[in-house]
Amino acid sequence: MGGVGRAWWVPAALLLAACGGAGGDGGGAAVTPGATAAPAGVQAEAVVYAAASLTEAFEELGTVFEAANPDATVTFNFAGSQQLATQIVEGAPAGVFASADQRQMDVVAEAGLVHGTPRAFTANLLEIAVEPGNPRGVDGVEDLAAPGLAVVLAAPGVPAGQYAQELLDGAGVALTPASLEVDVRAVLSRVALGEADAGMVYRSDVAAREGEVEGVAIPEDRNVPASYPIAALTGAEEPAGAAAFVDLVLSAEGQAVLASHGFTAPRAGG
Amino acid sequence: MTADRAGGPAAAPAGPAAGSGAAPAPAEPGPGPAAGGPPRRRGGRGRRGRGLEGVLSGLAVVAMAVFVLPLAGLVLRAPWDRTAATVADPAFLAALRLSVVASLAALAVATVLGVPLAWVLARRDFRGKTLVRALAVLPMVFPPVVGGVALLLAFGRRGVFGRLLDEAFGITLPFTLAGVVLAETFVAMPFLVVTVEAGLRSIDRRFEDAAATLGASRWTVFRRVTVPLLGPSLAAGMALCWARALGEFGATITFAGNTPGRTQTMPLAVYLQLESDPPVAYLLSLLLLAVSVAVLAGLRHRWLGGP
Repeated sequence: MGGVGRAWWVPAALLLAACGGAGGDGGGAAVTPGATAAPAGVQAEAVVYAAASLTEAFEELGTVFEAANPDATVTFNFAGSQQLATQIVEGAPAGVFASADQRQMDVVAEAGLVHGTPRAFTANLLEIAVEPGNPRGVDGVEDLAAPGLAVVLAAPGVPAGQYAQELLDGAGVALTPASLEVDVRAVLSRVALGEADAGMVYRSDVAAREGEVEGVAIPEDRNVPASYPIAALTGAEEPAGAAAFVDLVLSAEGQAVLASHGFTAPRAGG
Repeated sequence: MTADRAGGPAAAPAGPAAGSGAAPAPAEPGPGPAAGGPPRRRGGRGRRGRGLEGVLSGLAVVAMAVFVLPLAGLVLRAPWDRTAATVADPAFLAALRLSVVASLAALAVATVLGVPLAWVLARRDFRGKTLVRALAVLPMVFPPVVGGVALLLAFGRRGVFGRLLDEAFGITLPFTLAGVVLAETFVAMPFLVVTVEAGLRSIDRRFEDAAATLGASRWTVFRRVTVPLLGPSLAAGMALCWARALGEFGATITFAGNTPGRTQTMPLAVYLQLESDPPVAYLLSLLLLAVSVAVLAGLRHRWLGGP
């Protein structure tokens, strides 16, 4: 449901990008690997396609970006990374792609649309979302196979679905999902609405919907860490805006915002 | 000219009885302008008239391009060499079977409930009838996703009525085939109601009166006179309803979820495939399209009219 809704942003983003007007020379910001200071003084639009799990964190970063660059704007399109990758490959006017896994970034890179090299900018852990108070007593991954328990996962093409399947396979847990959702936030909504008893989401998702869902942590040694790569794209209509936003995400300030939303530092070499 | 008969889109497939003019059709053009209008326009056709024809024909070509170009895109980019493998894929067959079963079940429910509703709207008079009609066609203008959310809030596990169903009978609708049928019925039934109501209004009631005068009971009149006269409208309404149910996406994925083999119908399979293997999604789209076209072609003689 969420993915469908967010897909409507595509024409909107297209329109906004088309109306973006002049600018784009401001600051002359380029992708500076390892930049620690947030860029300022950019006069451009950044069209950012980001994984659904990044919604709140990136919206906050958008506010930070626009505060630091009063003449710049950020337009977001949040959806499952696999959906965004398809849209970008089909010619969507995206300037930045932030994916929840390397596989979808590779899809875009193989199409020759990545500017420079994608960089791992943050990481996440899987967590089981249950209804507040955990009425069904789900304490770990093994409990998900309990008969009569409605468990919802993201579809196998979605990064969160891929990671979840990996984790379940690793734990030797076989289950028949009640539904396979189009992005991780749709999984979260199923649990928050009470339609599903449990869902496999990211730790940051549980943090985003505190009070509506409760998280059951999965020990780190059994968890499948999600690594998020980001890249500016060759299709950016305003490359300066795209580069500046990537710089902000990689800066110390950007990393702090991500950490405050439950994300963890990118793993070395990722 | 066909323009004289057009009393709104719903009245178009009204059937053979439509021309009689005895039914109190709501938007029927009065005899005055219909008799006076066309001859004058015909007499005044000259250079300016030809300009009009050119403009309208040009726009008509653009209109057709809106339909044809996306189809051309599908046909040109579909990986035809993978057709055999795709058609033999059990996941595809499950989705197709589910689509057919669910849409036929939705059609059955919509017919059993929709025809009586159309009859009440066409034949009975009561306070609030306008409101009832507006509510009955509301799903036609609702975005299907909104319909799905509404269904979830009413019939979901925590929904107002869904909770009662769960507590009393242990029945939950989300993530089940019954949920798919409910979502499809919700979205598709209005098409049947609107079409059948227009058909009922266009039936010459003197046939029914004559049958009653000759001693037929009201049930016999309904069964032997009304329903046969209604035939073409009923067929048209059922075809529209079924096609809408077959293509349903938004309400289904929102309310019934996406469970392969249980609630994943063809449109959902296409949507999911588009993200993992786009070329297969193009093929699935064309296969779904082929099913729809086959049905339309089969019904062409009944209500679309020949070329």
